[in-house]
Amino acid sequence: METDTLEKDYETTQNSANWDGGKPPFKVSYGKLMMWYFLLSDAFTFAGFLIAYGTLRFSMPSWPVPDFVFSSFPGGFHDLPLLFVTFMTFVLLASSFTMVRAVQEGHRENRNGVVVWMFFTILGGAAFLSCQAWEWTTLLKAENMTITLNPFGTHTESGVYLTSDGKAEGETFSIGSSYLLHKYDQHHGDDDATHYDGPGDYADAYVDENGFIRRKFKVTDGQDVGIIKSESLGPKAFGALFFFITGFHGFHVFSGVIFLLIIMINAYTGLYEKRRNGYEMVEKIGLYWHFVDLVWVFVFLVFYLL
Amino acid sequence: MAHISYEESKTIATKTIIVLGVITIVEVLFALLGKGYLIDGFHIHLGIIGIVMIMLSAYKAYLIVYEFMHMKYEVPSLVKTVLLPTLLLIWALIAFMWEGNDWYKRRAHIDGKNAEQVQPVVPQGDLMLKDEENTITF
Repeated sequence: METDTLEKDYETTQNSANWDGGKPPFKVSYGKLMMWYFLLSDAFTFAGFLIAYGTLRFSMPSWPVPDFVFSSFPGGFHDLPLLFVTFMTFVLLASSFTMVRAVQEGHRENRNGVVVWMFFTILGGAAFLSCQAWEWTTLLKAENMTITLNPFGTHTESGVYLTSDGKAEGETFSIGSSYLLHKYDQHHGDDDATHYDGPGDYADAYVDENGFIRRKFKVTDGQDVGIIKSESLGPKAFGALFFFITGFHGFHVFSGVIFLLIIMINAYTGLYEKRRNGYEMVEKIGLYWHFVDLVWVFVFLVFYLL
Repeated sequence: MAHISYEESKTIATKTIIVLGVITIVEVLFALLGKGYLIDGFHIHLGIIGIVMIMLSAYKAYLIVYEFMHMKYEVPSLVKTVLLPTLLLIWALIAFMWEGNDWYKRRAHIDGKNAEQVQPVVPQGDLMLKDEENTITF
């Protein structure tokens, strides 16, 4: 195996000049080293995005609460905070494990092992992308979040909602509690949102030009006690940040799946067997795939856990 | 990877994935517990949740980079060229959070400034100003 000779070279010459040429000073091939440096630069890109998210979040008086925003589950379930994204995390972690197994099989030149484990990795990646597609569809279609509109708000005061006759006798809420603005023409099962027939001012709510029902409430604490207000849209930046950052990660997963497919087919046809370098191409795509998993650890942390 | 046998590396990979899974479950449960979803009325301070989460995630990152990506078995100089530049991000993180917090603190001030209006001065007498009145003093 080429890696063994590289290692011997490295060990016998470790004390002499490693940088005189003729041998790889880092004991890895050019391709693998450059994959590391590509991933380093990609890490900076993602870090830039996530830091931008943090900065904007810090600059806002309120921010959508992730346990409230991400609480739907396929099959019409609601109020299951973080369950679905935890499932997505496990899918990606599992595909990372199958990738490790593919690389290990490559090291011992086991063609069938490589192909089978890479196939499982591709399945994991495709499953993750499907989950993300469902998550995005729910947010876009059912919850009306877009890159410029964010209906997830947080109360910055305590208060009591007005009833349909305009009296402050509805349910109460406390500071920091979350709400989702619904559209008047969209049915949400238990809602009695049908008595609004278009944008306008109603006794218990104000329906804006986008069709969002902004319920009216009477403030019960803070400096605006007694004032009637209506719910406002959440911070605008949230939608754009969410779709761009998870979209950029999803794009990495997607291109990873494409490259995994190509390399699996190459492995199957015996291309890497001929090279006799311990399936190094599988190792390189493995590095990329683990990096995608690594980025998800931080996306998961920043968007869902904090 | 030549130092450890195939069987050994298989065991390491299995152990690592189990640890990663367990940490993920702990993180989610801790987030839900801290925000009062599991026990009614029980909350943990957000700062503490944040620190615990960041530490657990950093450990997950370490496991992925060192075990799955085999950084543990690379030459030290290669490890340094890849990992040392990421330390710059620590300062980026502190600096930008600081900045974001400052924007938040200035919000009321900026809103006040935006609402300010200049009182229009109605000119009286002759419209020509004398030289002294025309100079601006700071």
